[in-house]
Amino acid sequence: MTGYIFRRILQAIPVFLGTTFLIYFMVFAMPGDPIVALFGDKTPNPAVVAQLRAQYHLDQPFIVQYFIYLGGIFRGDFGLSFSGEPVTAILARTFPVTARLAILALLFETFFGILVGLISGLRKGKLFDASSLAVSLILISLPIFVIAFVAQYVFGVWLGWARTTVSSGAPLQDLILPALVLASVSFAQIMRLTRASVIETSGLDFVRTAYSKGLSSRRVIPVHILRNSLIPVVTYLATDFGVLLVGATITEGIFNVPGVGNTLYQAIIRGEGPTVVSFVTVMVLIYLVVNILVDLFYGLLDPRIRYVK
Amino acid sequence: MSEPLSTSAAVKPLLEIKNLQVGFQTQNGLVPAVNGIDITLMPGQTLAIVGESGSGKSTTAHAIINLLPGSGRITGGEVLFEGRDLTQLNEKQLEEVRGRMIGFVPQDPMSNLNPVWSIGFQVEEAIRANGIATGKEVKQHAIRVLKEAGLADADKRLRQFPHQFSGGMRQRVLIGMGLSSRPKLLIADEPTSALDVTVQRVILDHLATLTREIGTAVLFITHDLGLAAERAEQLVVMYKGKVVESGPSREILENPMHPYTQRLVAAAPSLASRRIQSSNKNLSDLGYSAPRAAEGLDLVEAAEARAAQQASTPVAGGPAIKVDALTKIYKIRGAKRDARDFKAVDDVSFTVERGTTMALVGESGSGKSTVAKLLLRLEDASSGTVAIGGTDTAALRGRALLDLRRKMQPVFQDPYGSLDPLRNIGNTIAEPLQVHRVGDRASRRARVDELLDQVALPSALATRYPNELSGGQRQRVAIARALALKPDIVILDEAVSALDVLVQAQILRLLADLQAELGLTYLFITHDLAVVRVIADHVCVMQRGKIVESSTVDKVFDNPQQDYTKELLNAIPGANLKLGV
Repeated sequence: MTGYIFRRILQAIPVFLGTTFLIYFMVFAMPGDPIVALFGDKTPNPAVVAQLRAQYHLDQPFIVQYFIYLGGIFRGDFGLSFSGEPVTAILARTFPVTARLAILALLFETFFGILVGLISGLRKGKLFDASSLAVSLILISLPIFVIAFVAQYVFGVWLGWARTTVSSGAPLQDLILPALVLASVSFAQIMRLTRASVIETSGLDFVRTAYSKGLSSRRVIPVHILRNSLIPVVTYLATDFGVLLVGATITEGIFNVPGVGNTLYQAIIRGEGPTVVSFVTVMVLIYLVVNILVDLFYGLLDPRIRYVK
Repeated sequence: MSEPLSTSAAVKPLLEIKNLQVGFQTQNGLVPAVNGIDITLMPGQTLAIVGESGSGKSTTAHAIINLLPGSGRITGGEVLFEGRDLTQLNEKQLEEVRGRMIGFVPQDPMSNLNPVWSIGFQVEEAIRANGIATGKEVKQHAIRVLKEAGLADADKRLRQFPHQFSGGMRQRVLIGMGLSSRPKLLIADEPTSALDVTVQRVILDHLATLTREIGTAVLFITHDLGLAAERAEQLVVMYKGKVVESGPSREILENPMHPYTQRLVAAAPSLASRRIQSSNKNLSDLGYSAPRAAEGLDLVEAAEARAAQQASTPVAGGPAIKVDALTKIYKIRGAKRDARDFKAVDDVSFTVERGTTMALVGESGSGKSTVAKLLLRLEDASSGTVAIGGTDTAALRGRALLDLRRKMQPVFQDPYGSLDPLRNIGNTIAEPLQVHRVGDRASRRARVDELLDQVALPSALATRYPNELSGGQRQRVAIARALALKPDIVILDEAVSALDVLVQAQILRLLADLQAELGLTYLFITHDLAVVRVIADHVCVMQRGKIVESSTVDKVFDNPQQDYTKELLNAIPGANLKLGV
């Protein structure tokens, strides 16, 4: 087991190096001079420019800059944003907000997705199945900003059940509506995935054998059908959790959530190279960690994976 | 057909199926699968339902405990279990009957245990559901049940998962589960069809002992007539959803009345090999006359005709295949200290003369299919040589290897997997010709027609697709494809194992005819010794990668030298039947 985890971490190293290099290269290749851009319309003093270039190592070749940056990361130094605030401080402020939103959304989509998918799968072809399939198709087809605006209007303006935007500090009750919007598309996917999986599992031989032993549906459905059907669903949930954690740019933007996605978007607009690179680097790290955790979780769900090394 | 099978009038039947009808709902309406059958089973009795795939035998079994798959439902008739009609029960009442009164042992041990739960969990839930034991006793009972089913170290293996068990062990678990509540009736649906013959024998012996002790009646479902006759007192032969014949096993076997049963008896390899055996020991002395087929073909006749043919055409030229000290080692993957070598084929040597058939026999894992792969150069040998027509194949590259493939063609086991579903039959058969750039379009077309004719298929089939063909037709197509390049040698890897007996008999006959006609050399790889008796001249018996016995068919069958060969021979279903006595 420890050997397996060690191997997975070793595998993550080239992925980490490759992605950070790519991101750094792309930001480097962006048009415009960031130092000149700092001064806006004013003509900068060449001496100051030269000094700033040296300070940010911009006078070095690209590859040297990359290694200096990489060295900083390993010392826990992600650099400063243009406003002079350490990037780590910005992350510490925004990441908990995004994490709260992500966990909330994940809970919603998991609970409702699996519940509706299970009922649909067991009642294949009936009214409940047909209508939930139709609803899920609508949710998948609509762009998320449409869902967000509709939800904002209906629940925020019309019914007045929730705030249309998140107030400062991002309290949990304000995050419910954005979390529901964020969960909607994944809910539809999970519902369909669970449904298909339940239908397939229900037809398998061991389910018939379970019934032949004299077990009731109340036992067979959760123990033999649902448990086995969850394996593909967990795969989806895992990747989705990674996506949610690194921030939902559009939803956070619409609901004005001070999270990672929103901040990253602002940084891109302003051309803040170091902030962008650092944020994306942290996102890559989170994604890798979540993936390793999921692979380990798999083993709990399916003993065949646990024992095959 | 509905008269009681038992002679005793005082005993009430345990199970009485009256005019049972089962259908499957499809887009084109209700498709009947079982058309009004009557079966009567007395307490403690063993009754076998025999039939080929699609005859409705498994559907009948599922209908009894109301576990029909998908769109299937009972459309008429009664299933009386101790006088109570099971078709009228609600779900709750059915749960009471299932497991507790009627146990069920399913067909495929690989797919009938839930892979994510431990063996102990799955046995214990059955015991708990039927109220056999409570609390801590459940575990004790589970261990006892599994030990009875032949799992000696049950207490240690309770926490293991299905994938850590072999097929035979899993089947024991399923049998243990089926009998855990001491049911009055056990339905065993092809319980050993997926297992090796020797394992099959041990498990069925065990099942027989166990059910006799408990006094459980057994409804045994199988496609193998020999097996059915050996294991059951009463036989019911099903064909296309109907019972065509029923009665005591011995009577049916010796004097089949219905033409279908006669064909089945004539085509069953296990019985045929038995009959050839007895004919060697002077058939007339035993006062036994083989039931000849009313229509179709008799495997014994086919084998005799083949033997005569082989005797009349003397072998010409050197050996077609010469294998010398062939060894194949696979590296087993694992952590560094676990990595080890596995000898799949260990120092195997044999020679196949031109125009003859060599059978390579062994159980799963014996290395027989690996030998085929090495011969075909689909894998490279670790050491040893293979000479085809006097040429060492190991050094062949490019063009020369292609020429070798022309001389030697394979036919594989699964006719459903070995044909490309997106190619029509004509293109499938013509593909080797295209690859080897033989002839032009028109001549290939003509060759396809010729080949279809040789394997007794209508030439109209050339434009059809594999999914429109039956299993037997597909295997004929696979044979036609193998013959397209006019090879000298055909390697048949379990080529008839997946087919129903009647179809199997036809294909065996076809292979014999083609051999006589084209002077082919066969390497026939199989786990089924009974088939070997009918088709082969020489036999090599393989066990754990080694050849343990090698001789002519007659010598191996009449006077086996090795214990392992004897065990295999004894395990042929019906081997212990005293036919004609």
